[in-house]
Amino acid sequence: MRNAFADEIKNLAGINENIVMLSGDIGNRLFDNFKEKYADRFINCGVAEQNMTGVAAGLALMGYRPFTYTIGPFVTTRCLEQIKIDVAYHNLPVTVVAVGAGLSYAGLGPTHHSCEDVAFLSSIPNMQVICPADRWETRAALRAIVESNCPTYLRLGKKGEPDIHGAIPKNFSIGKGITIKEGSSVCVISSGTIVSEALDGSKLLEKRGISSLLINMHSIKPFDYQLLQQVSTEFDFIVTIEEHTLFGGLGSLVAHWMATNPQVKSKLLTIGTPDEFYKKSGSQKYAREQLRIDAKNIALRIENFISGKTFP
Amino acid sequence: MEQKADHQLKQIAAEIRYAVIETSHRSKSAHLASCLSCVDIITELFWRENDLNFFDESIGADRDHFILSKGHAAMLLYVALAKKGIFDAKELLTYNQNGGRLAEHPPANLIPYIDVATGSLGHGLSVGVGISMAKKLRGCNSKVIVVVSDGEINEGSVWEATMFASRNLLNNLCLIVDSNKWQATDRVEDVLHIDNLADKWAAFGWKTIEVNGHNFAELRESVEFFKTSKDRPVVIIANTIKGRGISFMEDDNNWHYRSPNEQELSKCKKELFG
Repeated sequence: MRNAFADEIKNLAGINENIVMLSGDIGNRLFDNFKEKYADRFINCGVAEQNMTGVAAGLALMGYRPFTYTIGPFVTTRCLEQIKIDVAYHNLPVTVVAVGAGLSYAGLGPTHHSCEDVAFLSSIPNMQVICPADRWETRAALRAIVESNCPTYLRLGKKGEPDIHGAIPKNFSIGKGITIKEGSSVCVISSGTIVSEALDGSKLLEKRGISSLLINMHSIKPFDYQLLQQVSTEFDFIVTIEEHTLFGGLGSLVAHWMATNPQVKSKLLTIGTPDEFYKKSGSQKYAREQLRIDAKNIALRIENFISGKTFP
Repeated sequence: MEQKADHQLKQIAAEIRYAVIETSHRSKSAHLASCLSCVDIITELFWRENDLNFFDESIGADRDHFILSKGHAAMLLYVALAKKGIFDAKELLTYNQNGGRLAEHPPANLIPYIDVATGSLGHGLSVGVGISMAKKLRGCNSKVIVVVSDGEINEGSVWEATMFASRNLLNNLCLIVDSNKWQATDRVEDVLHIDNLADKWAAFGWKTIEVNGHNFAELRESVEFFKTSKDRPVVIIANTIKGRGISFMEDDNNWHYRSPNEQELSKCKKELFG
């Protein structure tokens, strides 16, 4: 995903001469091509994310389209006030790009986990929050962001995420969910790189005779309430899956909408990361298994949910 | 050397001081003394006949940018902008009143030439640095001037921006520290260990100049000094007095929060205009 980002932003910088890349001393070699072509528009801001974000706002005030880039927690919560005040309050087209969504950097420990970012960023007025599922969607999202001219948070994984799309999705539009897989008995809504686990889980359910529709809700803000409205009339069971805390993310948005729309009769299961710091070493795959947000556990939890069993 | 213009600036500064004090009195608003310490700095920047042009939108990026990073001195900024004719001085009556746009800190995207909303300390310099970078990228010669308070530089972001500005050779950027020696509840020197401010910025590669922030001749020289910088940002350490201009407010930190009553207001008038 990060390679796709680096390549696409280089391509876009060729078309739009206002694009400026600000890095928080990260991405060793990743931006070599960008730097080679547009040296004056690549700025290593050092390990100083508050300043990087303020500088981005200043550049945007003067008509530039800055992208701030570093590891999730450092480009979001570390400099949250700069995002809120300098960027969002002034409604400037700065894009905050996080690498390492959720538990992408599981092995680096909780300092590098990013399971609260969506909640923080989407609570800020004027912000768009976009969580692509794979490298193809990353490119599509970037193109849409450059068109949109809004303060935006772009939440990327790391590298080597499984492909959801076979090419850049043509139907990508900010604020519009994408149906990845058709199904009839349960509607699964997921967002970000964990869509791949949701998809595998959905396939496991098929084998057990449970047909599931899978929606990739890449835009958390603006949110596709129209699509949610539609599926809530068609499905008795709705499941949300995110690699993020259940406070203030995808599940929370869907639950809030359902609770405040009394005509909705569907039942809801929200799957996300627990309200605790995950302290085990090892890979993202292992962490997802431990936290029961991997494909196998997702399938099991959905099966129990629709069969009315209590949570195992 | 004092120019004839300095007398005119003194008169303007007295008028601004009184308008600020009146505004504080009327609205019972805090931060009066923080405004009074940098009245002369703002007067020098906005009223001296120099080639700084903060108030001409038609020239785009060639316009000079002014950022009041110590946003709690908003009253002063509003009074100065009104006096410049940016908006009707009658609007000052709406300061801190329900429904107006003149809040106690400068707002975003509401008032011409308030490009940067401030109030949370330690933001203005970074945004100013971004504007300076943009001017460099666009090949503009215009300048950016940021005013911070000496309490404000407690914020670490100020020092992040400081390192960035010298590394990127931003000679079009000038930081003015309104060094009135007080912060909200205590002496600056008693809160954190931060002294010899000019040495601090020099160590980070800035050009520095220290002046009496109430002396127009010295302020003029410091701005001229900034304009001659070839490759480095410049910091002007302006030594000031909190509450400057009113005998019973000078260096008395109670006036960080207090506003004057009717009687005190007339005393102020007498002191300022005789």
